[in-house]
Amino acid sequence: MKRPPPPLIWGALIAAIGLLALVSLAAGKVWVPFSAWAAPGADPRWAIIFELRLPRTVLAVVVGGALGLCGAALQGYTRNPLADPSALGVSSMASLGAVLTLYFGLTASTPWLLPAGAMVGAAIGVAVLLALSNTASSIATFILAGMVLNTMAGAGVALALSLAPNPWAVNEIVNWLLGSLTDRSVEEVRLALPFVAVGCGVLLTLGRDLDALTLGETGARSVGVRMDRVRLLLGLGVGLAAGTCVAVTGVIGFVGLITPHLMRPLVGARPGALLIPSALAGAVVVLAGDVAVRLIPSAGEVKLSVAMAAIGGPFFLALLVSMRRRMA
Amino acid sequence: MSGLKAAGLRLGLNGRAILGGVDVSFARGEVSAVIGPNGAGKSTLLACLAGLRRPDDGTVDLDDADIRRLSPRARARRMGFLPQTPEIAWSVDVETLVGLGRTPFVGALGLGAADREAVARALAATDMTGMSQRVVTTLSGGERARALIARALAGEPDWLLADEPMTGLDPGHQLDAADLFRKMAADGRGVVVTLHDLSLAARVADKIVVLAGGRVLADGRPAEALTPQVLAEAYGIEARVVAGAGGPVVEIVGRRG
Repeated sequence: MKRPPPPLIWGALIAAIGLLALVSLAAGKVWVPFSAWAAPGADPRWAIIFELRLPRTVLAVVVGGALGLCGAALQGYTRNPLADPSALGVSSMASLGAVLTLYFGLTASTPWLLPAGAMVGAAIGVAVLLALSNTASSIATFILAGMVLNTMAGAGVALALSLAPNPWAVNEIVNWLLGSLTDRSVEEVRLALPFVAVGCGVLLTLGRDLDALTLGETGARSVGVRMDRVRLLLGLGVGLAAGTCVAVTGVIGFVGLITPHLMRPLVGARPGALLIPSALAGAVVVLAGDVAVRLIPSAGEVKLSVAMAAIGGPFFLALLVSMRRRMA
Repeated sequence: MSGLKAAGLRLGLNGRAILGGVDVSFARGEVSAVIGPNGAGKSTLLACLAGLRRPDDGTVDLDDADIRRLSPRARARRMGFLPQTPEIAWSVDVETLVGLGRTPFVGALGLGAADREAVARALAATDMTGMSQRVVTTLSGGERARALIARALAGEPDWLLADEPMTGLDPGHQLDAADLFRKMAADGRGVVVTLHDLSLAARVADKIVVLAGGRVLADGRPAEALTPQVLAEAYGIEARVVAGAGGPVVEIVGRRG
C-alpha cells in the first residue's frame, strides 16, 4: 500500500492549522478584515483580535492537539478504536471537579478555582485508575476502571445538578458542561499551556511501546516493554493533558475519538506513528469546529461540543458501517 | 554452563497448583519440546521460563544469569517469545509486524539499517518475503502464524520460546517450521516449543519434557520420554511409538480403560 511520507502529512496538517488560525482570527460576530491587522493600536478592532480571538485560537489548537494525542495514545494502549479520554473517566472526573466548584458557588469570587477543581478531579481520576488497574494489570481492568469512574463522576454531576441551591447554579453548571471556547482569555492560555505541554511530551515518549502493544500485552512484554512504566506515563500524560483541557474548555467530545481514525490509514495503522498526526489533526478539527460555530447564523453561539457532536456523530457512524463492511 | 534452567518452580492460582515444583533444563543447540495434556501447565511453565510470569517459588537462570535480575529489554534481546494466542491489534503490514520483533534493539529513531536486514532475514526464513507488504488482516491463518514466527525471529535471539507455534499450520509448513527450529538449534541457539502433536514432537525435538498436573513426568530423548507408560499416565491413552519412514510416529490406539 502506498502511503505518503510522514513529513508530508505533518506539513499538510500544519499548513491547515495555519490557514484555519488566520480565519479564526478574522471570523466572528465582527468580521475583522485583514486590512485592519496592519495598523496595530490604531484600529480598535485590534482588541478583538488580540484580547479575544488570539487566545481562543491558541486554545483551540492546544486543546484540539492534546485531545487528538490523548485519543491516539489511549486507543494504542487499549487496542480499542473507541477509547478516548472520556472512556478512561478522566474527562468526567475533571468535569465533576469543576462542577463541584460551581455548585458551591466558589467561582464568582475566585474564578481560578474552577480550573483548579477540574485538574484536581482529573488527578484523582488518574490516581484511582492507576490504583485499580495496578493489581490485576490487564487492559480489560483498565477500561472497566475507566467505566466505573465515568459512572461515578456522571452520578456526582447529576447529584450536583439536582441538589443545586438555585437555578443560576444549574444554569452555570449546564453552560459549563457544554464545552466551548467562547470568551477565553490569555489567562486560560497561560494556565493550560504548561500542563498540556508536559502531558503531551510524556505521551509522545510512548510511541515505541504503543507500537509493541500491537502484539498484545504479553507480546509487548516479551519484547521488553515495561507495562507498569507505560501505564504510569500514560496516566500522567492523559491526566495532565486531558484534565487541563476540560478545565479550560469543558468537555469537548469526539475529537480524541475521531482524529486517530482519520489519520490511521495514512500512517499504516502503526500506533506510534499515529501520535503526531493525530495531535495535529485534532488541532485542525477543533479549530475548524470553533470557526464553524462562529459562522453559523443563530441568536446565541452554538456550543462547540454540540457542534462537534453534530458533525462528528454521523461521520463516526458512517465510519463504523464501513469498518463493519470491510470486516464482513 | 550456558542453558536455560528452572529449579523448584511453583505457581499456584486460586489454591490450585499450576506448577508443583518443576525442575527442568534446556540446552543451547537443541530443540526441546514440552508436551502434556490440556491444563498440564505447559504455557505457565513457558511464561515463567520467559520471565513473563513470576513463580511463587523457584528460580529461572538464563545462561547463568537469574532472569529476574535482567532488565526486560536485556532479557528480550536474548530471548524471543511467541505467546499461544498471539494478538495483532491493528491492520499493520507484515513488514511492520515483523519489525516489532526489533523493539528491544531500537531507540527513538526507529528501525535502522541493521534492523531492516534482520527483518528481511526473518521474512526470508519463514518464506514470507513476497508478502511483506500485505496487511495482516488479509493473511490466511497459516500465513499469519508464519508472520508471527518471523516476528519472534526478527530479534535473532539466543533463545526462542514458542507456545504452540505449529497450531494452524498445514503439514508442509509444519515441516518448514520444524526445519527452521532445527536450523536455529544448529546455529547454537536454544529452542523450546510446546506442542500437542506427539509425532511432530518426536520428529522435531532433541529432548522432550512431559508435563502433567504441574509436574515433570518424563524428561529425556524422545525415545526415553515417549513411552507407552508415560503417555498412558499423562494423557490416559493407549499409544505406542512406531518407526515411520520420516521418523518416529506416535500411534494412538485409543482411550485407556
